[in-house]
Amino acid sequence: MISFSAVAKRYAGGQQALNGVGFSIAQGEFVFIAGHSGAGKSTLLKLIPAIERPSSGSVLVNGQNVGSLQRAALPYLRRNLGIVFQDQKLLYDRSVFDNVLLPLAFSDFDGREAAKRVRAALDKVGLLARDRASPVQLSGGEQQRLAIARAVVNRPAVLIADEPTANLDAASAIEILEIFASFNQVGVTVLVATHDEALIARFARRVLRLARGSIVD
Amino acid sequence: MKTWLRQHRQALAAALRRIAGNKPAAALNALVIGIALALPAGGYALLDSLRAVTGGSAIEPRLSVFLRIEATRADAEALVAKLKDDARVRDVRFVPREQALNELRAVEGLAEVAAALNSNPLPDALVLRPKSGEPADLETLAAALRALPAVDVVQADAVWARRLSALAATARLAIALLATLLAFGLVAITFNTIRLQILTQRAEIELAKLIGATDAFIRRPFLYLGALQGVAGGVVALAVLWGSFSALNVGVAELAASYESAFRLAALAPGDALALAVYSGGLGWLGAYLSVSKYLLEIEPV
Repeated sequence: MISFSAVAKRYAGGQQALNGVGFSIAQGEFVFIAGHSGAGKSTLLKLIPAIERPSSGSVLVNGQNVGSLQRAALPYLRRNLGIVFQDQKLLYDRSVFDNVLLPLAFSDFDGREAAKRVRAALDKVGLLARDRASPVQLSGGEQQRLAIARAVVNRPAVLIADEPTANLDAASAIEILEIFASFNQVGVTVLVATHDEALIARFARRVLRLARGSIVD
Repeated sequence: MKTWLRQHRQALAAALRRIAGNKPAAALNALVIGIALALPAGGYALLDSLRAVTGGSAIEPRLSVFLRIEATRADAEALVAKLKDDARVRDVRFVPREQALNELRAVEGLAEVAAALNSNPLPDALVLRPKSGEPADLETLAAALRALPAVDVVQADAVWARRLSALAATARLAIALLATLLAFGLVAITFNTIRLQILTQRAEIELAKLIGATDAFIRRPFLYLGALQGVAGGVVALAVLWGSFSALNVGVAELAASYESAFRLAALAPGDALALAVYSGGLGWLGAYLSVSKYLLEIEPV
């Protein structure tokens, strides 16, 4: 499903973020990307939706080399990926419901079907009762769950989350991870980058551990 | 097709929401565009109104030939017959002196003057239309006519009309230039408004790109916004035009009445008004398109 081979990423400033990274993730797997800040976790995740392009090596998603995709092809790649961003990227000028609706605006759903999907996604993350609220009225954990609802509303085959528990207390962090596990149970491939070793130990899944841009085990 | 229509409906709705979200700015933009457009549109309407007065057959060159007062009717008829055979002359109309006096009596304010005359001071006259309208040909023909013994004065009626028509052509050109300049201005205004709008919606645009929106999808609401702003400006221009022409017409009516005329300034005809709104909307769209093409590409999420 996702396969990296000899991937290196050097940023324009000369910083080497990834160095000869190779791994393969099968459909339906749940994988933690572990490592300290600056180990290259975010860079690795950004290569999958082609937000960044590798300096060398290849990144295949569903057999497609995403590093060499044309600009015009990127939207269609990204629609099949659910992404939970490190900074969440919620829009504070609209309701919880409208935030989740956003990815459906450029899909082929009519209004009623889209609304049904939005409610289903909000229900899965436990925010259905807050659909008219503004994101600012939500707690940190609720905002994170809103970001997840928006990522899954399109029913993507792959769910990617960059430090989804960074600013949450332990209980909320476990809640978030359980939501990811429930999506994984119904066949969604899940990649979660985190530096939280306790969380990784608790969920006992496959771990790709990064240190200074390379996989260490 | 259904999806396409829905996406356009959504883009239009998004554009309307953005206008509703910042009404004062939208109103100011429409006002600026409207006033800028009202200038050339008003000039155009003014020229159109004047054309009704100066236009028509008056622009066609004519020569008025006045015979000597002592010339007899036989002289006049001989001259008419001779001119009818002249290759340079298209047709000739004979105006007997009695008829000329009657016409003078019919002119407002001159009836009393005519009544005060003991005898008819007017000569017989011919009005002829030459085949060629070239000033040089007119001059040659006029000189030839002046040399005839029965002829007293030859007047080229067309001269003043041609001057007026040349003046009108110059004015039209000036208005076209003004319209072109202001069209650039309108595009620039929209370009800048849309640029600011893009900057305020940077976060949303970035997110949309990250979750799979195409460039066309992101661009669409901005294009609608530019076009709507242009149309609103066009409507303001029409309102300014109608308002100021109505005000001017009070004075114009008085002036025209003193000349026994029902002349009024006419604001744009419905077709022209519609064309103005469409044209203005098109320019707004163009400004938005240029702005979006420049700034949307610059927003690349990282």
